[in-house]
Amino acid sequence: MVERSPWFDAFCHLMLVLGVAAMCLPLYYAVIAATHSLDDVLRVPMPLTPGKELLNNIQTALAQPDFVRQLINSVILAVGVTVVKIAASFTAAFAVTYFNYRFRALAFWMIFSTLMLPVEVRIVPTYEVAANVFAPLNWLLGGMIEVDLQWNLLNTYTGLIMPLAASATGTFLFRQLFLTVPDELLEAAKLDGAGPVQFARDVLWPISRTNVIALTVILFVYGWNQYLWPMLIITEPSMLTSVVGLAKTLPGVSDSVPHWHTAMASTLLISLAPILVVLVLQRWFVKGLVDAEK
Amino acid sequence: MIKRVHFEGNTWLVTLLLLPQLLVLLVFAILPAFQAIKQSVMMSDPFGQYATFVGLENFKAVLSQPEYLNSVWRTLIFTSASTALSMLAGLAFAVFVDHVIRGKSSYKTLLLWPYAISPVVAGVLWLFLFHPLYGAVALMLRQFGVDWNPLLEGSHAMLLVIVAASWKQVTYNFVFFLASLQAVPKSLIEAAAIDGAGPVRRLFNVVFPLIAPITFFLLVINVVHAFFDAFPIIDSLTKGGPAGATDIMVYRVYYDGFVAQDLGGSSAQSVILMLLVIALTVIQFRYIERKIKYGSK
Amino acid sequence: MGMVDIRGVEKSYDDVKVIHGINLSFAPNDFVVILGPSGCGKSTLLRMIAGLEQITAGEIAIDGRVVNKVEPRDRGIAMVFQNYALYPHMSVRENMSYGLKLARVDKGTIDAKVRQVAEILGLQALLDRRPGQLSGGQRQRVAMGRAIIREPKVFLFDEPLSNLDAKLRHQMRMELKRLHLRLNATSVLVTHDQVEAMSLASQLVLMNAGVVEQVGTPTQIYNEPATLFTAGFVGSLPMNFFPGCVNDGGNQLILENGTKLPMERDLRAHAGKKIVLGIRPDALRLVPSPSDGGQVFQGRLELAEDLGSLRLLHLRNSGGGFAVAVAADTAAEGTLHAAANERDLHLFDAVTERRI
Repeated sequence: MVERSPWFDAFCHLMLVLGVAAMCLPLYYAVIAATHSLDDVLRVPMPLTPGKELLNNIQTALAQPDFVRQLINSVILAVGVTVVKIAASFTAAFAVTYFNYRFRALAFWMIFSTLMLPVEVRIVPTYEVAANVFAPLNWLLGGMIEVDLQWNLLNTYTGLIMPLAASATGTFLFRQLFLTVPDELLEAAKLDGAGPVQFARDVLWPISRTNVIALTVILFVYGWNQYLWPMLIITEPSMLTSVVGLAKTLPGVSDSVPHWHTAMASTLLISLAPILVVLVLQRWFVKGLVDAEK
Repeated sequence: MIKRVHFEGNTWLVTLLLLPQLLVLLVFAILPAFQAIKQSVMMSDPFGQYATFVGLENFKAVLSQPEYLNSVWRTLIFTSASTALSMLAGLAFAVFVDHVIRGKSSYKTLLLWPYAISPVVAGVLWLFLFHPLYGAVALMLRQFGVDWNPLLEGSHAMLLVIVAASWKQVTYNFVFFLASLQAVPKSLIEAAAIDGAGPVRRLFNVVFPLIAPITFFLLVINVVHAFFDAFPIIDSLTKGGPAGATDIMVYRVYYDGFVAQDLGGSSAQSVILMLLVIALTVIQFRYIERKIKYGSK
Repeated sequence: MGMVDIRGVEKSYDDVKVIHGINLSFAPNDFVVILGPSGCGKSTLLRMIAGLEQITAGEIAIDGRVVNKVEPRDRGIAMVFQNYALYPHMSVRENMSYGLKLARVDKGTIDAKVRQVAEILGLQALLDRRPGQLSGGQRQRVAMGRAIIREPKVFLFDEPLSNLDAKLRHQMRMELKRLHLRLNATSVLVTHDQVEAMSLASQLVLMNAGVVEQVGTPTQIYNEPATLFTAGFVGSLPMNFFPGCVNDGGNQLILENGTKLPMERDLRAHAGKKIVLGIRPDALRLVPSPSDGGQVFQGRLELAEDLGSLRLLHLRNSGGGFAVAVAADTAAEGTLHAAANERDLHLFDAVTERRI
């Protein structure tokens, strides 16, 4: 605003404080609840100041069956999705933007069609594929040969990670970035004697650094917070991720009383990793989110 | 679509580069999509032993089910409400943060962290606040005479779900709105001020038209998110209840496919959803292409 | 056979031919400047020499070897790009040594060469900085350093000075010339700035719409422009053009603005032909009002430009406008008259646009 108005300034601050309070309310309550005993939590109204039970509650939370194991699974899933997706997207975007070959258009459209197919939409057949990766092959060959190859990905890390890594968002992002890299840079590199691999490794990858970091944040949070897919493909509690594990221990809106104090402690522990990732890398994250749609 | 300066030949290298991505996509995304289409026009028995081609029977059946139509209606309500709420809140926050000078980065950080929260966790947190028996906000509402009970009242359940879903989306909208507000050239605002337009006038006549493209983009993204991201919230909070009050389309696809084992029906619903998403994405791409052609940013 | 031979080279994009049959030869140690307006094909030609564009027809040879199918890095050339094309994430040192690193030259040799080139260009203090931390002129020098370190047979420059401000441009022009002499190099530079072209070139090539209009030394081109285009393009003071025709007797020019000029030269071969007469502003001089008024140029003073060392008077009459360059302190007003010597008259056939 061009005019300087102290009233409007104060108004903005007021609205922001109220807004931030509303946004942080759930977290604040969770923190409070995690620091009291169950009785205190269930007292009506619940005390508004922190209690002394934080460490106790955390210990109880950590001692829940498979809790720590599930945290580890979440890390594996989040990191797995991030690494696989970034590697596959970078190379695919490079292949689709910097080379000329006959089936390029086909590859391009194949990749981008998956942007319109989030996993929730094709959930049932994707599950079937994970149950037996060779099912489509069997079906294809079924007419000619009697085949019954089996490759079961249920309850495995591969089954957990792969279908989630199978979408084009990362490729799209890298492609947008590559389109803004000046042509002269490649020409200079060619003159210097660089072939495609060297160009990608020595010039393109270092330039992509900001986008890679932003993508890392986005994918890590995405992987960590995945619910539907892990819930379907994993039936063994020790292979579940924390987010799904949490949902299973809470009966939702019903009449029974969950152990809120430990549940809140669990929630905090589970959310710690993604929150840290977002806050520590926030500058690149913001930049990446915004650049993604240019 | 391809850079003017590029590499020719290198067919082996290209194949090597593309194979992993294409293979994974083919096996885990494209083929399942075709499978969904295939199953949507078949009727199978519960044991998957045989299947007969039934044309559009499944679609007709699904579209005539009152529960399905109810689900479409619920989805509409949920989507519009949560989109409107989260976009307005995001825009408001962006306008305020853009204006203040002190504390900008603190406000930004405090508004950023909800992005990291899983929808399930969001559902749990809001449930904690709104639980009819002991939720803090629920108690407050009781004191004001509102008989708050999402267990029994469908509209209360829907409200709860909407609030939880919107809360999650605000950050995303906030980041984009803030960036686009900051991209508005100061010279334009100053010129309008000299021309005599007051701050409110300027907001509506200068700023809003300039952020229209990003608003449109966010609209599509929010709608798609509302369709799909809401699944965990529903599953952890209400499971579609009470009595179908929060039974949105994506939830039905899952329920019919995995719980009720109605493969044909679930696939038909999948296909309908697919078409919706494709339509939305195509519209969005077209719009962006047009925007680029007209050279605006 | 020169250092660079261009024989019958053509370039087409799909069905559109943009370069038509070019034949040129650059001798070793030449400083060749290809000059022309935007879109004339000069950059395309340069890039074909470099190997960054395919040659549709004809052949290009570098040091006697036909390079049509040879990769850019094996042609013995180095190029300085218009926007410098420095690797943004590498230091100056790394930028310059990237090519050598790829060629697996040992570290010791690389270091020695980097130091040597840095000294020539005055970059020693900047070796560890990134391009983003450098000024435009410094970046330009790094781009040149990257080219020099390759020890090429031919240096190619694609409008290297166009991104610099006027003062820096002049400075860098001199640096380029000095470098060229010091390195005993063969250089080919592309530009649309005719001052730059005139000051740098030992051989000047004028291009327009995909063809070569004229080749020669700057002096030759300035004094004897072969086409209308060349005459109008070269020269810091724009040439005056007067349409007219040759009289039937072949001894007089009848201009459309009314002036009649007697010619000593025998123009009977072009009797009656439509012509365009070109005279540079500094070839015209003010003369007192003549009694018959027919053999001089006349016009009313419209504007005067003070250019420091001289004044450019813009005169206008019923046939159009023209400019006369006079000494800086000349007073002038009202209707003026100007004349020129016959040897300063440039005659062009109005139809073919070629010099008569």
